[in-house]
Amino acid sequence: MPADRRLERYLDHAATSPPRPEVTAAVREAMEVTFGNPSSLHRKGLEAERALTRAREEVAGAVGAGPGEIVFTSGGTESNNLAIRGALRGLDRRGRHLITTAVEHPAVLSVARDLEQDGYRLTVLAPDARGVISVDDLGRALAPDTVLVSIMAVNNEVGSIQPIAEAARLLGEERTKGPRPVLHVDAAQALGRIPLNVGELGADLVSFSAHKLGGPKGVGALYVKRGTPLRPLLAGGGQEGGLRSGTENVPAIAGFGVAAHLAAEELPAVMAELAGLRHRLTQAVREQIPGSRLNGPPGGEPAAGLARPGTAAPHIVNFSFPGAPGEVLLHYLEEEGIYVSTGAACSSRKRGRSHVLEAMGLAPEEIDGAIRVSLGPRTTAADVDALVEALARALADIRRFTRR
Amino acid sequence: MNRVLLIKFGEIGLKGGNRRFFERVFIQRMKDALTGLPGELPWIKRTRGRFVLDLEHWPAGPVIERLGRVFGVVELAPALVVTAELGAISGAARQVLEEALAEYPAARAVRFRVASRRADKRFPVNSMELNRILGAHLLQSDRELKVDLHDPEITVEVEVREEGAYAYARTYPGPGGLPVGSSGKGILLLSGGIDSPVAGWMSLKRGLELEAVHFQSFPFTSERAQDKALDLARALAPWAGGTMRVHLAPFTAIQRSIRENCPGELGVTLMRRMMFRVAEALAGRAGAGALVTGENLGQVASQTLESLAVIAEASDLLVLRPLVGMDKTEIIDLARRIGTFDISARPYEDCCSLFVPRHPATRPRREAVARAEARLALPALLEQALAGVKTVDAAPR
Repeated sequence: MPADRRLERYLDHAATSPPRPEVTAAVREAMEVTFGNPSSLHRKGLEAERALTRAREEVAGAVGAGPGEIVFTSGGTESNNLAIRGALRGLDRRGRHLITTAVEHPAVLSVARDLEQDGYRLTVLAPDARGVISVDDLGRALAPDTVLVSIMAVNNEVGSIQPIAEAARLLGEERTKGPRPVLHVDAAQALGRIPLNVGELGADLVSFSAHKLGGPKGVGALYVKRGTPLRPLLAGGGQEGGLRSGTENVPAIAGFGVAAHLAAEELPAVMAELAGLRHRLTQAVREQIPGSRLNGPPGGEPAAGLARPGTAAPHIVNFSFPGAPGEVLLHYLEEEGIYVSTGAACSSRKRGRSHVLEAMGLAPEEIDGAIRVSLGPRTTAADVDALVEALARALADIRRFTRR
Repeated sequence: MNRVLLIKFGEIGLKGGNRRFFERVFIQRMKDALTGLPGELPWIKRTRGRFVLDLEHWPAGPVIERLGRVFGVVELAPALVVTAELGAISGAARQVLEEALAEYPAARAVRFRVASRRADKRFPVNSMELNRILGAHLLQSDRELKVDLHDPEITVEVEVREEGAYAYARTYPGPGGLPVGSSGKGILLLSGGIDSPVAGWMSLKRGLELEAVHFQSFPFTSERAQDKALDLARALAPWAGGTMRVHLAPFTAIQRSIRENCPGELGVTLMRRMMFRVAEALAGRAGAGALVTGENLGQVASQTLESLAVIAEASDLLVLRPLVGMDKTEIIDLARRIGTFDISARPYEDCCSLFVPRHPATRPRREAVARAEARLALPALLEQALAGVKTVDAAPR
């Protein structure tokens, strides 16, 4: 393993993306200078409140929301919980039917399963073989008592971009009479990687996580479209418009603001760059590594417009190398200072296989042999080339050792 | 009136000629266990049949907690020591009773009795008489009390000895066994699983001093497997005298070589034989006289009688398998009690399925094993593994 961290090639940005210096500077300043409690009446409180307001404007600006529509939370998981449970509280048992998808993050899927235990009816939409949900399926699943639909913007394991805007239009059309179901979107993997505008999405609630785009961990946000019925999960001092009590995590929020601002500003360039790298990677793996398989949809073509629904986000790639357990492959790459991820753990103990790959209909061996590569703003062509070389070497070695 | 801790020990009291040696080791283990508590080490004195530790300047709680993990300790009793004179004894008995009563609700009568022993026959009152006198005295209390000789909730014990009289009403069990180091030294083959730390604990209990060896096969396993083994050693350390030495031995090259050169069904047998060889070499360095393993009978293919025999033949050392005789559920119960289960249950494999053949040999034949090993560069592999050993002294955080 290279002792020198500069030789490391970090290709796990979908797990977390390293904070940039501007972000750590903002966090530091908020800890050292604007350390006050935003609720305090004196000047120190006001300074902290201003830092908070500025961050709120930055995040709102990055996603096309009004500042009053952004609620800061402790991260993606809390945003998803607040969105789903809070909306159902707000709807006050108007209906008992929920719809979500089989490729959601556990922070959505487990909440939905919990609610099912509590008596809600749950429909889980299956994806196609590329991990994309069909709007027709959604239309068929809608029932008169459907109150909430939750669909992620970009799948975290295979990168598939879901047809959110189309789903939102469908929800609007289908319900001429009576209230339309609340649409929640988990956009943790979308922010800063594909264009994202809450108005164009047509969603009522959108979850964000800061550390996926180079912000601090432990902070996220929920976009709450004006007029959406939402009740808080935490009772307390009434911060965040009463929706999220608890003294605001000002340093992390300040860092989030900077990260969101930079991500939005750099998005066009970053997205084109990432799409190019993704193409380079999938091409090289297809040509140089026999027996490999790309899981999820192909990336978008620049000519046809990047980041269209049904294509893959530019930063996430998932491959299967049957016969080579993903976990072992991961450690081989780690030895060369290359960090990737696996959704599927070693099969020896029947630990959770990737529910996403399973839902896409992959064979067990393809699931066990899957790795996820996720790129970030500072990934280079040299990183991608080094990964492909190391993969080829590791696979040649592992395949000599696999079960005979 | 002084506060002391009475330390009752079991088997070491019986060890005739070696008694002095056992006592010296026992005292040393108690001192090891108390190291790190604030203040100077308290004195520990031997009296007839027990040790006495000065508690005047020491908090009883942490001392009892630590000594409760020293093998050889059968029972701990925080006591008051007074001059052997009836008035003083009555006062001490009252005080220990009052302290014990604090744990019972004041609303109801508490059942108690007095149990005295007169070891110093010069004391004018015999034990029956003393029980009666003290019982009557203690009944005159603000609390509602009831004497119950058969089913007492509190037993006030009084021992009259030459050096003074002891009174106590609360006792704490120790783990029993023999003090670590009184039975020699062993090398524990420590994986990340449930069994091996329990096997280590069982051998510590019988007085064995332990060092551990953990085999690493990065990149076939995670670096977290190493952390797990070290955490297990940290959990065992309080039982082992404060720290446990762990040798981290690189094993990937050996696994590769076996995989490349030998029949797949013998893989596990050959791997275990290599582990025994490495452990034996480390035992030589450490001056250890035995290997300790978490092996059991018949749980998995490598633990048939034939397998165990062929594996153990790789080394000349005595192999102790303390878990033979225990069921898996008993092993798990013990693992929970000694605090290793939750660590073992963490989901990082220490030996990936990659190397486990689909059909491992359940009755490996000696000749086949010899033929397979003839294809391995045994001395070179062994030397390479030993050269790469890193040694860590694991202590609780």
